[in-house]
Amino acid sequence: MTTQYLLKDVAPLGGDRTDVLVAGGLVAAIGAGAGDAAENAPDDLHVIDATGMVLLPGLVDLHTHLREPGREDAETIVSGTRAAAVGGFTAVHAMANTTPTQDTAGVVEQVWRIGREAGWTDVHPVGAVSVGLEGQHLAELGAMADSAARVRVFSDDGKCVHDPVLMRRALEYTKAFDGVVAQHAQEPRLTEGAQMHEGVVSAEIGLAGWPAVAEEAIIARDVLLAEHVGARLHVCHLSTAGSVEIVRWAKSRGIDVTAEVTPHHLVLTDEEARGYDPVFKVNPPLRTQADVDAVREGLADGTIDIVATDHAPHTREDKDCEWAAAAFGMTGLETALSVVQQTMVDTGRMTWADVARVLSENPARIGRLDGQGRAIAVGEPANLVLVDPDARRVVVPEEQATASTNSPMRGRELPGRVVATFLRGRATVLDGVPQDDRSSTAGGTPRAAGRVTP
Amino acid sequence: MRHLLSTTDLDRAAAVRVLDTAAQMAATQGRQIKKLPTLRGRTVVNLFFEDSTRTRISFETAAKRLSADVINFSAKGSSLSKGESLKDTVLTLQAMGADAIVVRHQASGAPHTLAHAGWTDAAVVNAGDGMHQHPTQALLDAFTIRRHLTGSATNPDGVGNDLAGLHVAVVGDVLHSRVARSNVDLLHTLGARVTLVAPPTLLPVGVGPWPAEVSYRLDDVLAQGPDAVMMLRVQRERMSTAGGGFFPSPLEYTRLYGLDARRLAGLPEHSIVLHPGPMNRGLEISADAADSVRSVIVEQVANGVAVRMAVLYLLLSGDGDTGVPPATGAIPALTSTPATPATAPARSTTPEVSAR
Repeated sequence: MTTQYLLKDVAPLGGDRTDVLVAGGLVAAIGAGAGDAAENAPDDLHVIDATGMVLLPGLVDLHTHLREPGREDAETIVSGTRAAAVGGFTAVHAMANTTPTQDTAGVVEQVWRIGREAGWTDVHPVGAVSVGLEGQHLAELGAMADSAARVRVFSDDGKCVHDPVLMRRALEYTKAFDGVVAQHAQEPRLTEGAQMHEGVVSAEIGLAGWPAVAEEAIIARDVLLAEHVGARLHVCHLSTAGSVEIVRWAKSRGIDVTAEVTPHHLVLTDEEARGYDPVFKVNPPLRTQADVDAVREGLADGTIDIVATDHAPHTREDKDCEWAAAAFGMTGLETALSVVQQTMVDTGRMTWADVARVLSENPARIGRLDGQGRAIAVGEPANLVLVDPDARRVVVPEEQATASTNSPMRGRELPGRVVATFLRGRATVLDGVPQDDRSSTAGGTPRAAGRVTP
Repeated sequence: MRHLLSTTDLDRAAAVRVLDTAAQMAATQGRQIKKLPTLRGRTVVNLFFEDSTRTRISFETAAKRLSADVINFSAKGSSLSKGESLKDTVLTLQAMGADAIVVRHQASGAPHTLAHAGWTDAAVVNAGDGMHQHPTQALLDAFTIRRHLTGSATNPDGVGNDLAGLHVAVVGDVLHSRVARSNVDLLHTLGARVTLVAPPTLLPVGVGPWPAEVSYRLDDVLAQGPDAVMMLRVQRERMSTAGGGFFPSPLEYTRLYGLDARRLAGLPEHSIVLHPGPMNRGLEISADAADSVRSVIVEQVANGVAVRMAVLYLLLSGDGDTGVPPATGAIPALTSTPATPATAPARSTTPEVSAR
């Protein structure tokens, strides 16, 4: 016996209000009579008054650092995916910069399997492009693609595949299994010792600059390489106005490129560095207001395809120090949707259907995920997130589900709240609370309920 | 003010107050008994994560002349080289009862973090952080400039004056220089006009909003007849790293940006030459220039002690009692905003710190 959920008076994609029945792992019925369908079934029926709430397909993050294996003191696959569920995600892509690196079939299968057993979200490991992320030799991309983890996204994230020949080979090679290279665009020589965006603020506060051109030059090179070899390219965490222009140009030329922006690059600027609080130290760095405006515009007009969190948990000791000694990165899984609402929806730039596009449909498409990012329609897998857009909350990192507290949103009031998250019909989050004791709601076999098609 | 982290912490009145206080401190340094009882029982820690014998000795001298207990803590040979964090080091010093921590660190912002992270109650004095700030250097430079260019027979230290109307050229590696950043801010606050002179590779991207003009040509700027020329040290490693160096060769640098006898001779009669030290003789400054009568480089060192005494005094004992015998009058607190008449009385008791 499993629980059915009837979402009363909900607005799918922010559209017309209706009732939605979740049963048998699927969207079982939609419409005023949706509740009737439940009555004939023997399962428990859990009714949620969703008046004023928006129903979206479960969010898909193309860029998550779960830190396991290796840095379980910062995050684990369990804690990270639990945080993801709280943030409304039903699938995450776990970046390859673990220890050991996710550069073999064995490691990616381990991550995939632990994720599946945890059952909070689907976990899709990202495979390293090069062995040990060292930029020297291609990792066994084919073995990772053919493994149980079925890797489709490859990235040396944290490091740029800066050797143009290696990048070309990776782009070509991944074509064999419809993979994609997700590039961390950072020209290494232009960014040696770089600490923050190079500009007015870095000049004044004396931190070594990370110039916009170091990102833009790599993106320009890579879109041309992708065009040359007929491969698809994904640009990670694009952060500058110039990068938006280059991607816009590449798309107009028909190049198969997709791009992502992080929530923090949608809302924060390099002015945050003035207090030397390392919680604002991130790579690529926070840019200027003009860049923030440009990435918002690019996201709205489709130049930027997705929002991905680049959730990068770090231990306190890696942030409780002088700026130069601190680690790069900030958490984001539990605030991403709110930041997108604040910067894009509440400002009138995007609709909720657009939010579904950039946080679910497009990332699922780029990652070649079959069961995620689908329409909200009868018979579809019930990967859903229920959002109350009228709620407001103040971010308290210590109260978040992630194991780390390096949220740049500390103390800020954000709009929107994830009320419930459903992974194939099972509630991972209800009333904003992660459902740790899932045996009672999932018939004692929560792990089996997480059917992941290998 | 609880800390001195940046010259941007000082408005005009506060900056003049520090300089005036330094003038009173300087006056005591010509006496037979140089020591004042002001900070007796207080503990000043010199926390140096970077080698800097000169700055450390200057702060140490300043603190000792004020009767403070001084602890020198340098990164080399301490637990820091074994990986102890800045936080733990500071917590240790806090536990030992430091009243002031004078910190030099290679990371920009480290003093700021130390002052604001809640690790310590001590007053924090930035003795140079990365490429950010070195406020006491800028203060001693301003003190020296003020003394030479605004002083008079009755007011040799220019007490009460700012630097309005003066033109200062700052020449050299601005990009990596905390001295340049501190000076641009302070000189501007005090009303001086600043021109930065450097090859474009040694100027930061984003220099535009700085309250300073920028020139790539030293001779053009010297032709304007600046009142003071401040030469910055060029680090030897700037010639070899990062794309083969920031300039083609030492010889070319000297040719275009070095202060030599010829350029010195073209300066107005009253112009002075400063350098924060240590100098690369023959690179950014020739021996002729360094040793000329216009050079106030050695005096800068002496003034550094007085300025640091003033800063420590104002941060730790801003109660108006310098411990200076009453003849020299009360010293205003750094933080008070009402303009206290700051012309030092009884100048007759003030010996010359040095002569040009």
